Amino acid sequence: MNTLQLAARNLIRNRRRTLTTLLAMIVGVVAVLIFGGYDRNIRLGLETDFVRGSGHLQIQHRDYFLFGSGNPAAYGIRDYAQLMQKLQADPQLVPLLQVVTPVLDLGGIAGNFAAGVSRTVYGRGVDVAGQNQLKQWNAYRMVGLPQRSVALTGTAPNAAVVGTGVARVLQLCAALNVAGCPQPLPVHPQGSAMPADLAALPVVAPAANVGRVQIELLAARASGAPNVASLQVVKAEQQGVKALDDISVQLHLAQAQQLVYGQDTPQVSAIVLQLRHSSDMPAARARLVQLLQGGSQPLVVQDFATLNPQYGQITGMFAAILGFVAVLIGAIVLFTVGNTMSMAVVERTVEIGTLRALGLRQAGIRRLFVSEGLLLGAGGALLGSLLALGVAWLINHSGLTWLPPGNSERIPLLVRVAGEYGMLLATATGLIVLSVLSAWWPARRAARLDIVEALRHA
Amino acid sequence: MSAIEVVNVSRRYQLGSVAVPALRDVSLRIAANAFTVLSGPSGSGKSTLLNLLGGLDHPDSGHVIVAGQRLDTLDDNRLSDFRARHIGFVFQHFNLLPVLTARENVEYPLLLAGVAASERRRRSTELLDAVGLADRAANLPGQLSGGQRQRVAIARALALRPALVLADEPTANLDSHTGAAIIALMRDMQRQYQTCFVFSSHDAQLLAAADHAVLLRDGQLQAPAAVQEAA
Repeated sequence: MNTLQLAARNLIRNRRRTLTTLLAMIVGVVAVLIFGGYDRNIRLGLETDFVRGSGHLQIQHRDYFLFGSGNPAAYGIRDYAQLMQKLQADPQLVPLLQVVTPVLDLGGIAGNFAAGVSRTVYGRGVDVAGQNQLKQWNAYRMVGLPQRSVALTGTAPNAAVVGTGVARVLQLCAALNVAGCPQPLPVHPQGSAMPADLAALPVVAPAANVGRVQIELLAARASGAPNVASLQVVKAEQQGVKALDDISVQLHLAQAQQLVYGQDTPQVSAIVLQLRHSSDMPAARARLVQLLQGGSQPLVVQDFATLNPQYGQITGMFAAILGFVAVLIGAIVLFTVGNTMSMAVVERTVEIGTLRALGLRQAGIRRLFVSEGLLLGAGGALLGSLLALGVAWLINHSGLTWLPPGNSERIPLLVRVAGEYGMLLATATGLIVLSVLSAWWPARRAARLDIVEALRHA
Repeated sequence: MSAIEVVNVSRRYQLGSVAVPALRDVSLRIAANAFTVLSGPSGSGKSTLLNLLGGLDHPDSGHVIVAGQRLDTLDDNRLSDFRARHIGFVFQHFNLLPVLTARENVEYPLLLAGVAASERRRRSTELLDAVGLADRAANLPGQLSGGQRQRVAIARALALRPALVLADEPTANLDSHTGAAIIALMRDMQRQYQTCFVFSSHDAQLLAAADHAVLLRDGQLQAPAAVQEAA
């Protein structure tokens, strides 16, 4: 009969109170694990989404991240093909890398001159094969994420994909089959007339554009001179965020380079690197920094969290909510177990006096009550974890969906509890520690009871 | 040879703002291997003296020596260890641990003393057999009668063969027939285990069975009773 066995029997002796306490702990554990599993799923889902879009790391000109949006072409990476080859041949990087692909960002004005409308846009030239490879990344085995190729796949060199906001403003909704796209009321322009050369653009080749959805994209070349490309819009895609949806134009990299650099040597804004595992980021980053040191261009490495600040904002918000829930539940557990143990001390005062009279030290009494708290915590953690696994399974198989911020498509509502050993262990450990702490004060009080008074207790 | 020596012991209890003397300058010796009763009316200081002998309470002045050890020189841990090894207790309300079987209750002091499991088993079997409860070893206290519980308590008190067994009104919660049986058993066990038994009691049967009687009144020692003189 050791202390733990004695503690277990004391808990079983008062079944109803023990079960009530356990129930409170189980509900707490389930709440923390389900919300934690939801938070985990969001965190990994967001990471997957961003890593598919912008890779884990990007090599950029030192000032591109802060100043590039004003004039992307001015912060290009020269000799990017050689640099990519160097990265793909590096023995330390090769086992870590999954995709290396370039992108070129540009600012400009897109116009549908047939309708007499135009708007400022932010274009991105991409390598379609590289982008499709990026979209395959699913290291966390996320369920229900879109797996299709980018819309530019298999399209003509001058093809483009625009945001639905761009399509709406450029009055391309009907031609691109964009649903829910109202026609604007007629407006009377009050500005000066369009320059004659631009006004003449739709007249240039109307016969060639019959049956196509065409826009003209005007951009500044790296040298500052304007350049125009005629693009064939193949699709309008919802971008999730309205601000992006209203300016997004995606085009082939070669087309974008032609537009920005013309006959000059083409450059890119960034080299996107996607790793096999996110956990390799520090090692990959360190190696990249090594390789870039001493180069002729001032290049830096940015990670996806820096490039996408909303990742940190969203995960930070969920972490704060989870922390709040955990603290709230921790307080409830603290008081529940503390109350249970305090009642046990009062009820078993004579027993405590007897044990002390028989020769059990104060530390032995403390150990006995702390063991009861420990067993309560362990029981609550085990049963709560099992129930949470069951509830998570039910939620994951219920077919519920939700629309995450920044996404354009609903995805399954999932909670990741199974296999999340770190979260399960942290929750169980936290609960056990709280239970032991809750039991500590009543245990201390029990140990310090006057023996004679305890034996006289009615 | 004395098992216990009480030297000028006084003990007061504070009741609100009033200090009530429970024992006043008591000195006595209690013989080893004897059956001694502390007797006296309610409030005479019997239980207080018993608590001091058992190291459950501390005197305000004076000191107590049990089995050659001055109890006031021991800190709480050493006093606990001393109680575990040298003193057995039998309580008026039996005070068995309700979640332990009769055997486990008897084994508990042995467990505290670090006795090996096989030896615990052997001694508990022997003692339960001696108190006539070998067939109730697996019963919880709640499944035993009052007399049976007190028998288990006596077996528990003797488990470590202590120098001293203290019993506070051991028959007060028993009917006279059962009380008499318990007295006979204790007397028997005292002889068998060669132990010093000290009781507090009003019970005339116990007084009659005792080797020595110590009479207390208002916290002071009175003249020894006839039984003590006879011894």
